[in-house]
Amino acid sequence: LILHNGGGGRTFRDDLEGKKITSLRNDCGGWMVNGSACRHLTGLDCPDEEALALYPLKLTVNGTDYDVEIDPRRSLLDLVRETLQLKGPKKGCDHGQCGACTMIVNGRRINSCLSLAVTHEGDSVVTVEGLAKGENLHPLQQAFIDKDAFQCGFCTPGQLCSAAALLDEIREGLPSVITEGEGVAMTDEEIRERMSGNLCRCGAYNNIVEAIRTVSGGER
Amino acid sequence: MKPFEYQRLEIPQDLASTDAGRFLGGGTNLIDLMKHQIETPDILVDVSRAGMDRIEEMDDAVRVGSQVSNTDLASHPLIRRHYPVLSSALLSGATQQLRNKATTGGNLLQRTRCQYFYDTARACNKREAWKRLRCAQGAQSLSRHSRRQPTLHCCSPLGHGRGDGGSGCCGRHAQT
Repeated sequence: LILHNGGGGRTFRDDLEGKKITSLRNDCGGWMVNGSACRHLTGLDCPDEEALALYPLKLTVNGTDYDVEIDPRRSLLDLVRETLQLKGPKKGCDHGQCGACTMIVNGRRINSCLSLAVTHEGDSVVTVEGLAKGENLHPLQQAFIDKDAFQCGFCTPGQLCSAAALLDEIREGLPSVITEGEGVAMTDEEIRERMSGNLCRCGAYNNIVEAIRTVSGGER
Repeated sequence: MKPFEYQRLEIPQDLASTDAGRFLGGGTNLIDLMKHQIETPDILVDVSRAGMDRIEEMDDAVRVGSQVSNTDLASHPLIRRHYPVLSSALLSGATQQLRNKATTGGNLLQRTRCQYFYDTARACNKREAWKRLRCAQGAQSLSRHSRRQPTLHCCSPLGHGRGDGGSGCCGRHAQT
């Protein structure tokens, strides 16, 4: 693949030749290579100078404090995956529909693709990487393995974060639309309703429900 | 997404001195619209930490802060007891992840999910009505594209992210 800039001059590819590349794709569609200015595939510098305006951000991810400077357009998902290099959370639809990017922020699960990182100053974020304690898997992780609750596994990090938050929501007594009265009975119906924000194209739903039921002590 | 200036408000009084831009609450609708470049604010004013997240009992009503999340509103004892339909309606919508982030103010101000509205390559009277077509001209002026999926409010010039979203719930007033 040769990328031309149309003017016969240097190409984006020229810049990449022979370099050890640490590249970062910006939300404007441009790339930063080895800390360079933001450039686009045309080989030109970013037409949007404002794109490089960075904002300071401090937050905690999986117990580790981070102090970074970010483009305010960067989603929490992109921050975690591209800047912090935690590749567990997945970008599925990038529009808050599939749940593959689910993270737990200050105890509540959210779609990290629909949340600007810059808004998370001081927040405590947990991704799938933060569920296990050292070498000990989270009970849900073990249950997913035992019950074979996945096929390709792409959605699993989101499913696990969602399920972990679900257990807390049950303990807290938060109702779902099918909850009647006080307290929550952990039926399969409840689990399915509460996990409906996570889509799995392999269709591993039955085994996912089984895994969560095992950990939550629920009944069929 | 187009570049913008980000501002974070810590106290509600600051709102009065804020001009231009869009207010950002949970962002579950606005961020999505910004990704599609349907919304392109120059200034994004984050009001999610401005202390407007209280639910208060009044004489004959409940006052709900604009930044109360859908989850907090739906599960609040006052709402569960006195406004069960509201709780049920909230819990019927979206997903737990979205309800945790989505706010009461944003709920009233969210824009249509119509696929034509989201398709910026094509004309949509609702998306750009103030630019090209006057509402008064009515359905005759709607492009063929928009006529294919008419909705009751398709011509309604709702405030562009501001103003009353027109959603009275259970006979209650909504003030935004």
